[in-house]
Amino acid sequence: MIRSDAPVLLEIRDLQARVEDKAILKGVNLTVRAGEIHAVMGRNGSGKSTLSKVLAGHPAYTVTGGSVTYRGDNLLELDPEQRARIGVFLGFQYPVEIPGVSNLEFLRVATNARRGEKGEEELDTFAFEDLVRERLKVVQMDPAFLERSVNEGFSGGEKKRNEILQMALLEPVVAILDETDSGLDIDALRIVAGGVNQLAGPDNATLLITHYQRLLDAITPDYVHVMAAGRILRTGGKELALELEQRGYDWVDEELAALEAAGDRTPVEVG
Amino acid sequence: MSSAQAVGDLVSQPYKYGFVTDIETEKIAKGLSEDVVRLISSKKQEPDFLLDFRLRAYRQWLQMQEPDWASLGYPPIDYQNIIYYAAPKQQAKKASLDEVDPKLLETFDKLGIPLSEQKRLSNVAVDAVFDSVSIATTYKEKLAEHGVIFCSISEAVKEHPELIERYLGTVVASNDNYFAALNSAVFSDGSFVFIPKGVDCPMELSTYFRINSGDTGQFERTLIVAEEGASVSYLEGCTAPMFDTNQLHAAVVELVALDDASIKYSTVQNWYAGDENGVGGIYNFVTKRGHCRGDRSHISWTQVETGSAITWKYPSCVLQGADSVGEFYSVALTNNCQQADTGTKMIHVGPRSRSTIVSKGISAGRSSNSYRGLVQIGPKAVGARNYSQCDSMLIGDRAAANTYPYIRSQQPQSAVEHEASTCRISEDQLFYLQSRGIGLEEAVSMMVSGFCRDVFNQLPMEFAAEADKLLALKLEGSVG
Ligand SMILES: Nc1ncnc2c1ncn2[C@@H]1O[C@H](COP(=O)(O)OP(=O)(O)O)[C@@H](O)[C@H]1O
Ligand SMILES: [Mg+2]
Repeated sequence: MIRSDAPVLLEIRDLQARVEDKAILKGVNLTVRAGEIHAVMGRNGSGKSTLSKVLAGHPAYTVTGGSVTYRGDNLLELDPEQRARIGVFLGFQYPVEIPGVSNLEFLRVATNARRGEKGEEELDTFAFEDLVRERLKVVQMDPAFLERSVNEGFSGGEKKRNEILQMALLEPVVAILDETDSGLDIDALRIVAGGVNQLAGPDNATLLITHYQRLLDAITPDYVHVMAAGRILRTGGKELALELEQRGYDWVDEELAALEAAGDRTPVEVG
Repeated sequence: MSSAQAVGDLVSQPYKYGFVTDIETEKIAKGLSEDVVRLISSKKQEPDFLLDFRLRAYRQWLQMQEPDWASLGYPPIDYQNIIYYAAPKQQAKKASLDEVDPKLLETFDKLGIPLSEQKRLSNVAVDAVFDSVSIATTYKEKLAEHGVIFCSISEAVKEHPELIERYLGTVVASNDNYFAALNSAVFSDGSFVFIPKGVDCPMELSTYFRINSGDTGQFERTLIVAEEGASVSYLEGCTAPMFDTNQLHAAVVELVALDDASIKYSTVQNWYAGDENGVGGIYNFVTKRGHCRGDRSHISWTQVETGSAITWKYPSCVLQGADSVGEFYSVALTNNCQQADTGTKMIHVGPRSRSTIVSKGISAGRSSNSYRGLVQIGPKAVGARNYSQCDSMLIGDRAAANTYPYIRSQQPQSAVEHEASTCRISEDQLFYLQSRGIGLEEAVSMMVSGFCRDVFNQLPMEFAAEADKLLALKLEGSVG
């Protein structure tokens, strides 16, 4: 839902980042207001996951220029755990397995870290069990998953549902979902999309990273951005996603080549 | 700061128990000779059989070579540069705690082991050993009502010489190995536990070893006997001040379990480990062995090894009785320049004897952590079974982990199963936890304690939480 008077939650200005010695983000601009759903699309390797990890504070990525403010404050100076506590959430493209750490305990510690930041009381194991059982319904997950180690032996779809469960518990302000749809069958996709829709509200925002139209059939974005070679090449409405679906990404490459020839890197607005 | 660096900082937490108690100590001159062995024995007013035991061991030791097969590197130990006996200058053990030097009580208070009537743990009896002597044992009378003997080994030599003569050296022979021979010659103090036939010891027993002097070795000796149908759970803890020289600790622990008896022996070892450059720290060369002498007897070792510069330790079980059971559960954490070569031996002699080995090694910094284990199935051990699981966890990329499992079977009708794994705490795992609001320290500690859970579950209730905290402490530090 677009409201021009809604507060800006995330403001990314000319963001540049590298990993090891390789420049990957080359000037990303993006403004996200409360209530909005943004889709970020683009070919493999265009820098979508890098953008999401830089926003979450992954130590392997070094910011070399630009700025990111979250509700007006500099996000980039915070540790990853602080970013999470104040409401930035990253749903991983490839959630890692953490053997030996109980999923239930992990979810409880994470939830309490976020609650503490909001000035809410910590939940003991019993109160937390009640909460988690309620939130499990959002993703239609079997409570048996709580007893296992974090993501250990989960199928791809189960891992993604566990990500959305975490989102449901942490109630983030800005949720960045990196290819949450990839590797999901139709049923799992429907469940995940249903979860995201349930959690989206007027006071938070969602950044959906995907390269398939099918997720956007289930979740209607307010904006669609096309990423290429570490920058946002184009921004439009939901019809831009359809255009990509029909025309493929070749025209993106052509536009990129033209831009690079001109030494330009401002995004192209389309109506 | 990269997270590899951060983890490095995390695991370098200052040692909390490094203080020295300023107390007058009686020490003998440095060096080892037959005269020194005699002097120790006479200071303790020992009967002849014990002096003979010591002298025989000393002569055997002189003929033996220090073992060099472990994956450990350290400069040669100068056995003449060690003091073999040091004791706080309070005379003979006091009848009542009120007479114990308050400085000593204070020391144990600071270590979290209050001994005084008002503060002591309600369900754990404690024997407190300071340098070479035991200074107090709590709940002795209450235990005596059940026929349980719990006292220092020196006291047992005086009060129950027949038991000492019957059992001492029968599990670990005085010439079993170099360090056991040394211990047999010069052992100072330690604990003695005797649980008579049919008695289930009514409380946890615990010995706390404290090294205080800088240039002394500690050579404690512990003997636990459980008669037919008896059972006991025993825990040992240990700490030492920080000195920049290395100190030798060579202990011997012997356990004897008769028919249907059960002994559970747990250790939380936190000797000073040396600084981050490997200067100072305890050299820990320990021989621990349990003898399942009776049918259906059961001996279980649980160890949480976090301290010492060098650890050389293989708590073992000789499973002689039919249907006897041996267990070894171990967590060994090494950091900085620590080296640990630890594991177990399960010697199956009796038919249908069973053993379980669960070893968890965690290596951080530049440390080296080796599991070394032997499962031996003798010709009469028909139907014997062993299950071993050895897992290693690496933190950072400069630490080393090795596993040396040896299996020898002379009995075709037996089953030995071995599983091993190695994992590394990855940057992505830590980032995953952090990105859910969990700080780096807590993230590492969650992963480590998850890794160790199978072993911690074996510790007595009162100490499981302690062990978890201890590991967390060892992994705590300045996260920038
Ligand atoms: N940790 C890393 N180390 C080296 N190269 C990386 C790393 N992460 C990403 N890259 C490189 O950065 C580029 C962008 O990758 P990524 O952000 O994952 O793209 P996307 O998510 O759009 O597929 C790719 O060329 C990829 O190989
Ligand atoms: Mg990606």
